[in-house]
Amino acid sequence: MSRPSDHYDSAPPSITQPELGVIGYVRFFWRQLTSMRTALLLLLLLALAAIPGSLVPQRSSDPNGVVQYFDANPALAPLLDSLQLFDVYASVWFSAIYLLLFISLIGCVIPRTTHHLRALRSRPPRTPARLERLEGFTVREPDTSALGAAAGSDTAASAIDSARDLLASRHYRVELYEVGGAHSVSAERGYLRETGNLVFHTALLGVLVSIGLGGSFAYNGQKVMIEGAPFVHVLGSYDSFNPGRFFDESHLEPFVMTLERFEVDYEEFNLNAYGVPTDFRAAVTARDQEGNESGAVIRVNHPFEFGGTRVYLLGNGYAPTITVRDGEGNIAFNRAVPFLPQDSNLTSLGIIKAPDALPEQLGMIGFFYPTAGVLASGAYTSIHADLLDPLLTLRVYTGDLGLDDGIPISVYTLDTDELTEVVGGDSGVETIELRPGETAQLPNGLGSVTFETMTPGAGANNWAGSVKRFASFDLHHNPAELGALVFAVLALLGLLCSLFVPRRRVWVKAKASPGGGIRLEYAGLARGEDPGLVEAVADIADTHGGKVEE
Amino acid sequence: MTEQLASAALVAIYSAMAVYSIALVFFAIDIAKRSSLKASPVQSELLGQADGFRGSIAVAKRAAPVAQAKASRFERTGFALTILAWLLHLAGAVLRGLANGYVPWSNMFEFSLVVSLALTTVFLGIQFWQKLGYLGVYATGASLIVLGVGTVNFYVDVTPLAVPLQSVWIIIHVGVAILATAFFAIGAGLSILQLLKARYEANPDASRLGFLRTIPSSVSLESLAYRMVVVGFVLWTFTLIAGAIWAERAWGRFWGWDTKEVWTFIIWVIYAGYIHARATRGWRGAPSAWLSIVGIAAVVFNYTIVNLFFKGLHAYSGL
Ligand code: HEM
Repeated sequence: MSRPSDHYDSAPPSITQPELGVIGYVRFFWRQLTSMRTALLLLLLLALAAIPGSLVPQRSSDPNGVVQYFDANPALAPLLDSLQLFDVYASVWFSAIYLLLFISLIGCVIPRTTHHLRALRSRPPRTPARLERLEGFTVREPDTSALGAAAGSDTAASAIDSARDLLASRHYRVELYEVGGAHSVSAERGYLRETGNLVFHTALLGVLVSIGLGGSFAYNGQKVMIEGAPFVHVLGSYDSFNPGRFFDESHLEPFVMTLERFEVDYEEFNLNAYGVPTDFRAAVTARDQEGNESGAVIRVNHPFEFGGTRVYLLGNGYAPTITVRDGEGNIAFNRAVPFLPQDSNLTSLGIIKAPDALPEQLGMIGFFYPTAGVLASGAYTSIHADLLDPLLTLRVYTGDLGLDDGIPISVYTLDTDELTEVVGGDSGVETIELRPGETAQLPNGLGSVTFETMTPGAGANNWAGSVKRFASFDLHHNPAELGALVFAVLALLGLLCSLFVPRRRVWVKAKASPGGGIRLEYAGLARGEDPGLVEAVADIADTHGGKVEE
Repeated sequence: MTEQLASAALVAIYSAMAVYSIALVFFAIDIAKRSSLKASPVQSELLGQADGFRGSIAVAKRAAPVAQAKASRFERTGFALTILAWLLHLAGAVLRGLANGYVPWSNMFEFSLVVSLALTTVFLGIQFWQKLGYLGVYATGASLIVLGVGTVNFYVDVTPLAVPLQSVWIIIHVGVAILATAFFAIGAGLSILQLLKARYEANPDASRLGFLRTIPSSVSLESLAYRMVVVGFVLWTFTLIAGAIWAERAWGRFWGWDTKEVWTFIIWVIYAGYIHARATRGWRGAPSAWLSIVGIAAVVFNYTIVNLFFKGLHAYSGL
């Protein structure tokens, strides 16, 4: 079958010593590499090598986890890092295993494919001389006396003809042989088993290549979008961006996308889960360069496709709109600021930087509570994620915010070491507390801060919609997907054929028996796992033996 | 209404556990009785021929599938009780599903509930095809443990389906994974028996497990185990692909080496290894059986340790 020589169905190899000379050694190693045992060991090794990546955080899937790991284990982490344990699936050793495995696979599949193509075109093999030694051997001596005198060879030939028809109707490929006066039919079926096996292994290669190749052209990026604020799809407006190896900025299709509304449903009836979100809906519109407009509601599990990019809903939170007037009455800051959620009830932390404020730059650290509640300690916390009782608290700092030094600083952090606290904390001035629509004066004539409401006309205690929401999105483009999917499905179909289509040979032989009638012999041979072979031969004997008797 | 349905589900589940326990006792008595049975020579001869090794004569082999000894009274009672337990178990799962308003496999308690149900379903289902009474202790014992641990240690109240799980893929991907697990588990049980039987065959007099005489040969058991595992493997392959499609829908990438993805992959590779081992000279028999056992161990590890202690996107243990 041109299977690896250590396949259990292959004849045991006679020589295992390498032939002399370079070619001999190369051939020897190639044979070792493409043997079943090597494939098996590499498979087991692959399973083992995949384990550490589940024990140690991976840069690819959990970059923050890696940072935390370094903090928590400063001695161990660099050592693990040098072994590439934070990048297991891109590591030299993991790659080596799967590349060897796939080389072995290619080396295994190619000879089998050529062999199989030949087998597909060849006739079923000559009937063995002795069927007794084969599986399911059955003898029938049908009573043909009723047929009259025309016994012997004629009857044998016609019995074999009917056996051939029977086998052919059961999708066997058939061939008649006549050896030493015995008529016989040799039949084989289940070529699909080997075809399926080859398709399966080749498709695995296809999956790997699609992922590798497609991944190089893929990109993904993250963007926080606040209700009403348009996002222009160019590289510079992403918050973060991960290009594949062959990514080129020209691959980005320019378009403008706007989050029109973000809505959340909360559980209201089930007290075991009161206030748990049950649905997130991001209504977006998008417009491309040609002016084609498209709108959609993005939900978890329901991405939106536009301009070759798929947009996934990832997270959400509140973006209070804040206006800062400086000591000279100028507007130094006026923007919706995304506050990062700290817990499931969206207690959120946000930073406000007003470097243009005069006479001094202003920085603020704010906490936003969509539904403010008071802990036993006296501190605020949010007790519901919806806007039932919104509250913003602010601590205010003055001093050099460091924005002019040219060093990029995250908009989500404020380094207060060099700043002077003027409101909250130890400053002696109480932390500012604002409801939507309220304004507070800063001390020392520094100005004022306003928490703008989005629903100025709403009645008292109706806070719905008073604070903008934001949603964070992942934008993806991966040309590998379709290819990987097609190959994966091919692999599955190949696997089904390979495991469940029985490949078997069946022979029926007819001899004139000494008593004047005929003696029919049936036997089969499994090629690969075939638990139903004996049954199948017996069934053919029953059906055919019965037929002949008629 | 939800509350009533959920507590009715619990009543059914605890009843199922009680009946499983009694079924287990009956199967165990049957096994104990087998040990004291004198093997009739005819029976062992027929069993020997059920193996289908090449070159034996067909006339006797034809009779092979029914060649096992007639089930004992205890075994038959064990089966009857298992069917009763299964009905209660099924009722428990259906009631829980109704209480949820969605499929009853969205947290660890429910996984245990449905995996053990699938295990019994597969065990009972294959009886139509092969009589596996000698596996009764293993099957009812495994169901009982999984269901018991899940219900006692992981029980959670009905809550709305977490937003990320609101997708048809939870039905397809998780449902098929559960079914695959059931086939792997039955396969592993057969592999364990295969190992015991192989040791018995090597030295029949040294074995104190007399019942081994009454079960099929190690070669037959291996072939049965193999057939269970390949069905499980196909289902697992499907789970893997369906999971990738869902991950693409939900997270925008079909594969990201998230912890759960890693373990799904590891399990898949182990079973691919098992199938290969069965086709590799020197690896058929005991070494391949060990791989089947390692495989189910990895599946159990994936359901328990990985769910409880490993960090990842698939954080839906409900605990
Ligand atoms: C990526 C790694 C591989 C995986 C996941 C894999 C998986 C499988 C699976 C699941 C089967 C059983 C289904 C079937 O028959 O199609 C199988 C069969 C087989 N594989 Fe692989 N394989 C891999 C690599 C290889 C390599 C490298 C070789 C050659 C050395 C090989 C040779 C075979 C052979 C000969 C069979 C048929 C076994 C039989 O006769 O039952 N495979 N493989």
